[in-house]
Amino acid sequence: MDQRYLLGNEAIALACLESPVGFVSGYPGTPSSEVIEIIVAHPDRSSYVEWSVNEKVAFENALAAAWCGVRSLVTMKHVGLNVAADPLMTSAYTGVTGGFVIMSADDPFAHSSQNEQDSRMYAKFAKIPCLDPSTLQEAHDMVRDAFALSEALGLPVLFRPTTRICHSKSNVTVGPVLPYSGKGEFHKDPRQYVVIPAHTRILHRKLNEKQPAVRKRISESGYNQYHFRGKRAIIASGIAAAYVQEIIPPDVSFMKIGAYPIDEEWLAGFVRKHQEVLVVEELFPVVEEVVREVAGTVTIFGKKSGHAPYEGELSPESVARIMESCGFSPAVHYSSVQPAPDLPPRPPILCAGCMHRPVFYAIKKVFRDGIYPSDIGCYTLGLQLGAVDTTICMGASITVGSGFSHAGEERDIVATIGDSTFLHTGIPGLLNAVYNGANMTLVILDNRTTAMTGHQPNPNTGCTACGGLSPQISLEALCRACGVAHVEVVDPYDLVMLTAALKTAKSFPGVTVVIAKQPCVITARRAGVRRGKYRVDPDTCTGCGTCIKFGCPAIEQRDEKAWINDLCSGCAVCAQLCPAAAIGREVSR
Amino acid sequence: MKGSYDIMIVGIGGQGTILASNIIGEACILEGRTVRGAETHGMAQRGGSVESHVRIDGKFGPLIAPGTADLLIGFDLLEGLRYSHFLRPDGKIVLSERLVIPTSVYVQHLAIPSSEELVKQLSRFNLTLIKAEEIAKEAGSVLSSNVVMLGAASHQIPLDESSLIQAVQRLVPKKTIEINTRAFTMGRKVGPGC
Ligand code: SF4
Ligand code: SF4
Repeated sequence: MDQRYLLGNEAIALACLESPVGFVSGYPGTPSSEVIEIIVAHPDRSSYVEWSVNEKVAFENALAAAWCGVRSLVTMKHVGLNVAADPLMTSAYTGVTGGFVIMSADDPFAHSSQNEQDSRMYAKFAKIPCLDPSTLQEAHDMVRDAFALSEALGLPVLFRPTTRICHSKSNVTVGPVLPYSGKGEFHKDPRQYVVIPAHTRILHRKLNEKQPAVRKRISESGYNQYHFRGKRAIIASGIAAAYVQEIIPPDVSFMKIGAYPIDEEWLAGFVRKHQEVLVVEELFPVVEEVVREVAGTVTIFGKKSGHAPYEGELSPESVARIMESCGFSPAVHYSSVQPAPDLPPRPPILCAGCMHRPVFYAIKKVFRDGIYPSDIGCYTLGLQLGAVDTTICMGASITVGSGFSHAGEERDIVATIGDSTFLHTGIPGLLNAVYNGANMTLVILDNRTTAMTGHQPNPNTGCTACGGLSPQISLEALCRACGVAHVEVVDPYDLVMLTAALKTAKSFPGVTVVIAKQPCVITARRAGVRRGKYRVDPDTCTGCGTCIKFGCPAIEQRDEKAWINDLCSGCAVCAQLCPAAAIGREVSR
Repeated sequence: MKGSYDIMIVGIGGQGTILASNIIGEACILEGRTVRGAETHGMAQRGGSVESHVRIDGKFGPLIAPGTADLLIGFDLLEGLRYSHFLRPDGKIVLSERLVIPTSVYVQHLAIPSSEELVKQLSRFNLTLIKAEEIAKEAGSVLSSNVVMLGAASHQIPLDESSLIQAVQRLVPKKTIEINTRAFTMGRKVGPGC
């Protein structure tokens, strides 16, 4: 037993290695990505690990391993579970023999996401157990035990940490990492694994019959607990339980819910001993709904009574406000304070020398009145450059583009998508666009990595999660195989060629593809690429502001002139933009 | 009464706020104390405004409520001001003199904030400014600015100097242990309360 200061995802990764897990797959997504990175990097790892091309693929791979009796983990962010929802729903029918843990990391407040969905609902929908930690120690212990729980019930277990668990830190007690020595073996059983109607009807009934055992096992797990202290009670789940525990008055009973489904009888026994009960949880009223079902005449406060919000994340001060609003005066009072007004914002920004910036710049020049569907990645920041008109989910730049085209939109349609997202769910959209005769240009932003989530490799990178070499796939050949007649590869740092390529693509009917290819500056720097910095000659600079409008964070304004700081990575694009030719490579003296 | 000593470390993605908070966390482990922390990961790391919360002796949630932090360590003047409402009224600020103007200011033609104005707005707090970059360069590398700041704030932090130094040495890359130890000590010499 060892006390360590760990990131939540580190505690989760170590728990998997302690179990030990034998098979790990996933697709990167904030806040889940570090789990696989930490497992991969651990010196004592003996499990198989892969970054898969998308969550559905990752899920099915891990499910198969669990069918072979191997303890398996699949990781993703909450919206990734939508992509994997198809196998999820039926995996509860087939069940598993090896422990199967699905980590779906939720992101209340959408710190880094397109929505705020609540994975607990998926567990309910699929009729499988769900574990929802309130502290990092609990996250660790839950994951360590989740494999055994899954094996005991023969069901996948959904583990649902939130951003404030994954990206929080704490002292955590961890155990020894164990070697995994098992070997998968699949035992054929068509009635279990071939879900034709005749089989699946029976499997569904069996799943329903399992539910009482699931509930019993959950109440025995010890993750749902209470302290009886008075006539009023607060029930809280997830990280909100930690906020409540810090400020709950000593005469108020407390119940913490960390595992689902909740045993209703057990819950009723607690609720009915009180006159008033407040339920505090993030996002969906999952706990509150069960509490209301068993409440009888007890007064229940929560989302449905208008005291707590349905959206966003909770915080110590918002929990205190909720408590005050229904008469539970918190033990700590937070005075309301205002941030300093009117400060210039500092949003995240594309790196200095990022290849996405010149591409967006050129698209706007060539397709002046175009519509720009885009996708999910660092390049969504192209919004700041006015070159992103839609983003909905992974892969949807292409499908939204073809939808616009068939809806009768007459403006040029230029979709942008990164290489990782293209491989994730972009290919079917491209195939469909060509097949159905859409009119659009697709620009693939090929930086050969999954940059936004921390530069994980993908099939376009040439190496696997564990660092092994993999065949280089050709995006160009892939697009041609989808039926695209005009595909051109171009260097985005070369504005003349880039502009020409976009113009050519624009001149052809049907679906055309431009692949802009340059490594991400962060991975390039790590690989040792040094291009040398650029500088502005103050005597030549006219202060026209052209380069400043380009928005590179290395370009500042000093005394009405442009000035290049240390962030410059030497892409040379600003030098090509400057009408006075005032920017050139720095000459060292 | 809260039972924890709460520190906010703020700056710009890439400035090393996470390393600084890890050092405090590691020092807590060395002293056998509980600790909680929360930090910004993901997209905001691309040059956005970032915050780390560290709660020494924390036993509950990781987040510090606005108006309750005991200490704010800022790696940039503008970010120091942005998060200053997290401090309790008599809390302390240890702030680097560095100011990076957000690119959006130039692109959107917003008013360019000046160091003097920003410092003036912070004058209601107990504020100490640190020439972190100069000191870091003197210590051997400008990259050690974050450790200089931690050293400068260390008199305020209820942890032993020796545990903090040991934590620095455990967490920084091997090749930079000497530079960072020097950075910490040099920072500590100019910090408030020495
Ligand atoms: S991390 Fe790479 S892809 Fe993302 S903004 Fe920076 S250079 Fe661009
Ligand atoms: S060359 Fe110009 S555009 Fe490229 S990174 Fe340097 S300053 Fe930015």
